[in-house]
Amino acid sequence: MTTNAARGDGDDTVLAARSIGKQVSSPEGRLAILTDVSLEVRRGESVAIVGASGAGKSTLLALLAGLDEPTAGSAWLAGHELTALDEDGRAAVRARHVGFVFQSFHLVPSLTALENVMLPLELARRPDARNAAREVLGRVGLAERLGHYPRQLSGGEQQRVAIARAFVTDPDVLFADEPTGNLDAATGTKIMDLLFGFDGARRTTLVLVTHDRSLAARCHREIRLDAGRIVPSSSSPAAAG
Amino acid sequence: MAWLTLALRNLLRDLKSGELAVLLLALLVAVASLTAVGFFTSRIGRAVEQQAGEVLAADLRLQSAREIDAGYDREAERRGLRVARLESMPSVVFHGAESSLVTLRAVGEGYPLRGRVRTAERPFGTGVVTDGVPAPGEAWADSRLIAKLGADVGAEFTVGAHRVRVTRVLDYRPDQGSGFADLSATLMINRADLPATQLVQPGSRVSRAVLFAGAPADVDAFRAWLQQHKQRWERVQSIADASPQIRSSADRAGRFLSLASLVSVLLSAIAVAMAAQRYARRHLDVVALMKCMGASQRFVLTETVVQLCVVGVATAVIGTALGYFAQSGIAWLLQDLLRGELPPPSADAFMLGVVTAVVVLVGFALPPLLRLRRVPPARVLRRDLEPPPLRYAVVYGLAIGAVLALLYWLVRDPRLVGYVAGGLGATFLLLAVAGWLLVRTLAPLRRGVGVAWRYGLANIVRRGRDSIVQIVAFGLGLTVLLLLALVRDDLLQDWRASLPADAPNYFMINIRPEEGPAVEAFFADSGLPSTELVPMLRARLVAINDTTVDQLHLTSERANEFVEREANLTWSEALGPGNRIVAGEWWPPGANHDPQVSVEREFAESVGLKLGDTLSYDVAGETVTARVTSLREVRWDTFKPNFFVVFSPGVLENVTGTLITSVHIEPDQRPALVELVRKFPEVTIIDIEALLAQVRDVMDKASLAVQYVFLFTLAAGLMVLLAAVQSTREERRYESAMLRTLGATRGVVFQGVAAEFLVLGALAGLLAAAGATGVGWVLARRVFDLPYSPDPWVWVVGILGGALLVGVAGLLAARSVVTHPPMQALRAGG
Repeated sequence: MTTNAARGDGDDTVLAARSIGKQVSSPEGRLAILTDVSLEVRRGESVAIVGASGAGKSTLLALLAGLDEPTAGSAWLAGHELTALDEDGRAAVRARHVGFVFQSFHLVPSLTALENVMLPLELARRPDARNAAREVLGRVGLAERLGHYPRQLSGGEQQRVAIARAFVTDPDVLFADEPTGNLDAATGTKIMDLLFGFDGARRTTLVLVTHDRSLAARCHREIRLDAGRIVPSSSSPAAAG
Repeated sequence: MAWLTLALRNLLRDLKSGELAVLLLALLVAVASLTAVGFFTSRIGRAVEQQAGEVLAADLRLQSAREIDAGYDREAERRGLRVARLESMPSVVFHGAESSLVTLRAVGEGYPLRGRVRTAERPFGTGVVTDGVPAPGEAWADSRLIAKLGADVGAEFTVGAHRVRVTRVLDYRPDQGSGFADLSATLMINRADLPATQLVQPGSRVSRAVLFAGAPADVDAFRAWLQQHKQRWERVQSIADASPQIRSSADRAGRFLSLASLVSVLLSAIAVAMAAQRYARRHLDVVALMKCMGASQRFVLTETVVQLCVVGVATAVIGTALGYFAQSGIAWLLQDLLRGELPPPSADAFMLGVVTAVVVLVGFALPPLLRLRRVPPARVLRRDLEPPPLRYAVVYGLAIGAVLALLYWLVRDPRLVGYVAGGLGATFLLLAVAGWLLVRTLAPLRRGVGVAWRYGLANIVRRGRDSIVQIVAFGLGLTVLLLLALVRDDLLQDWRASLPADAPNYFMINIRPEEGPAVEAFFADSGLPSTELVPMLRARLVAINDTTVDQLHLTSERANEFVEREANLTWSEALGPGNRIVAGEWWPPGANHDPQVSVEREFAESVGLKLGDTLSYDVAGETVTARVTSLREVRWDTFKPNFFVVFSPGVLENVTGTLITSVHIEPDQRPALVELVRKFPEVTIIDIEALLAQVRDVMDKASLAVQYVFLFTLAAGLMVLLAAVQSTREERRYESAMLRTLGATRGVVFQGVAAEFLVLGALAGLLAAAGATGVGWVLARRVFDLPYSPDPWVWVVGILGGALLVGVAGLLAARSVVTHPPMQALRAGG
């Protein structure tokens, strides 16, 4: 486990896992996806989860974000023990503390850019969703594209809408799953600049799943997974400034 | 309220994008088909209710087949009630060489005591309220009668031995019966003319009535008095008695049409379920995303319910409006059978639309949508994560519960619900098995055809379950249409063909026994075929064994009818033609034995008679008892005089009755009939052909209405097709793109899609033709006892019609598969 790059004004933990594991049933019997994973992430820290395909990165992200339940161990997010909550309880925690950015953007095709960004605010029943969404979309450079539907936007523009949607609720933790996986290199770089820009400005904790070494290197630290276990990282990323 | 606006906005988006189009259309068909029938039957029902007061043309009516004592009139007048009398009977009216069957109504001063008569100046003219009754020597005839006889106002008609001049056209009389009209035309004359017609003779079929009206309290008091003082054979009718009787027949017709439209509802419900399943599948990702962003299960459920409610209310309103529009079509088709304007429908009929929409949505759309609540949020990371499937008990429980609830709402009779549900279930199962077999037979055919057809056939086989549902849906609608359009005519033709060419076409009744020889002589002199005169007398059943009729507990309506109405009896030495003994023995000829009776089987079964039971009849005031010694089967369609109850000789000979006969008369011999009636005015001639033509006319119109209702079934079948095409659209686009990438032209893909739907339609048509032929066979052999020769046209029309209908509809629905750019489809994935 790499912990040397921890950075933060305080040492308050916003995300923690204690010996979490995930097993699923398969035709060959029980299959362990994750085994005995423990970690802590502090407020404002950015962490890259890296590893080969099938190493369990996305599963770990799902467990940390409360999207799935571990079969062993326990997890905390913003002071809530996720493993003690039911699905609706975890949903409520996500609504207050979490934002997501996905590889395939996951915009609702029937909603405009503005409506997509408004959606998490409306789900959290926040007032003035429209103005807040408009403001964030302006910050990602899409002030002119508010009424466009996802199919009318390029891949990079769609991911910018997704980033605006992730940050509009001012989350404590942002989970990003291969956010540049579907984008060309130049667009990917711009998107990551945007992501880290937001992150730094708001002191949001960033948990990033990626294959991209250079992307991982921009994070404070790296958690490497191999066959469902955390292994020592081969190279320590430079502390981003 | 943010969640509400969110739910509504999401719904609006889905509506705009066409996601819900099929679901909405299918729901509209369901609501429209049921409300169309609901509105129509409600209007008929209300017409009956409104006319209830008029239906007797009085507040109280005393009815009898025998002469009614004048003492009742005096008592009523003493109590301050108004009184009027009338007689009616079947007869024949002549105008020159033309003749027509009529109901002759001889009305006295004061008629009608309730409601008003309307008459017109010309046939089919606009009726105006007319007071009074026809003056002696005058008559009011209805338009049909005048038209049929080729006469006009001012013409002279001969009825019995009397001539009357038609002075007005009878447009409406209060007691003509509401809803479905009487079969025969009406001629109204003054009672004072009745003796001159010489139609009233002992034993003639005269129905007599005394009408009473007055203040409600007086009427009630008089009614009580009348119940005590009336004769056994006299019947007292008040508004309360008359209305339910007619109501129940209107209700029965309504129930039948409702059940017919229920088939459309069930098919639409299947389409709704398919569309909802697709909708749910396409929303898995969005729901997972919303849960990822913090939406709770309750939120997802609430959103689903709110959306369903909005969809339900909207389709209920629009579908009900469509149903209202469609019912005017039914009313128009049946306008000849309905007299007068129908009142607007009741609020109940409007409720039916809401009930249908809610029941179909809850039973068929809710289960797949309920799954959305359980979508795992981690699906945003792994698309193969699905919500756990709903338990079969929930899915089928809700669907079956919904159907039963709707059935109960329609028929309000748990036993009938059981029968209908069982019947529907068995029919659907049978059709599904047949559809499955048909789909299976397609698999080996793929080898022998070109690439386009192979693609089409492969699609049918691969989407086996959907294919079966479509074949069943269309097959059901087509079966009924074929049955009504082709098989019905075939049956009628077969029946006609089964009758001998010289089958009697005229009945003659009311022949006085002493005139029997003279009538026979007249037949011989006029060159009419010789005929056997059969004795007939009217009597009332008073007891079976030692149980009087009042104490009998008869459940079936038919049995009550048999027991309560005046029976026609005869006696005979020998078993008549067209009669067959099925139990016991016919009495030996000439034997001097106890009184015996032979009873028709259906009569015996419905009343519960066995060999050895005794029947007691009141014959002209005397009780005659006889033992049942045989049961008979009778072929009624020989049109020979036949009877439910035949006495052995030596029992009834001394009672005054009449003679009856039937005879075949060629068209050129008809003038002899005019002469016959002039010579023997009391003889009533019944034209069987005219009667059959009238029956057929009613049947034609009723079946037209049923066909109309079953058009909704086809529309529902179309919805199932649309839903099936919609649910496979992405898959089809992907396949078509693959084929085109591999070098297939658009033409080949188009042919493949065409082949698929043509074959589906042909299979549905095949199933329908088999179904219609099967039902036709059962009807012919079991119900009508006819040799049935299947009509090859049923198969041709069924298969070609099905292929054409489904082929065209399917191609229209799936055309975007061919026109969609392949690259776009391949990018979107399979």
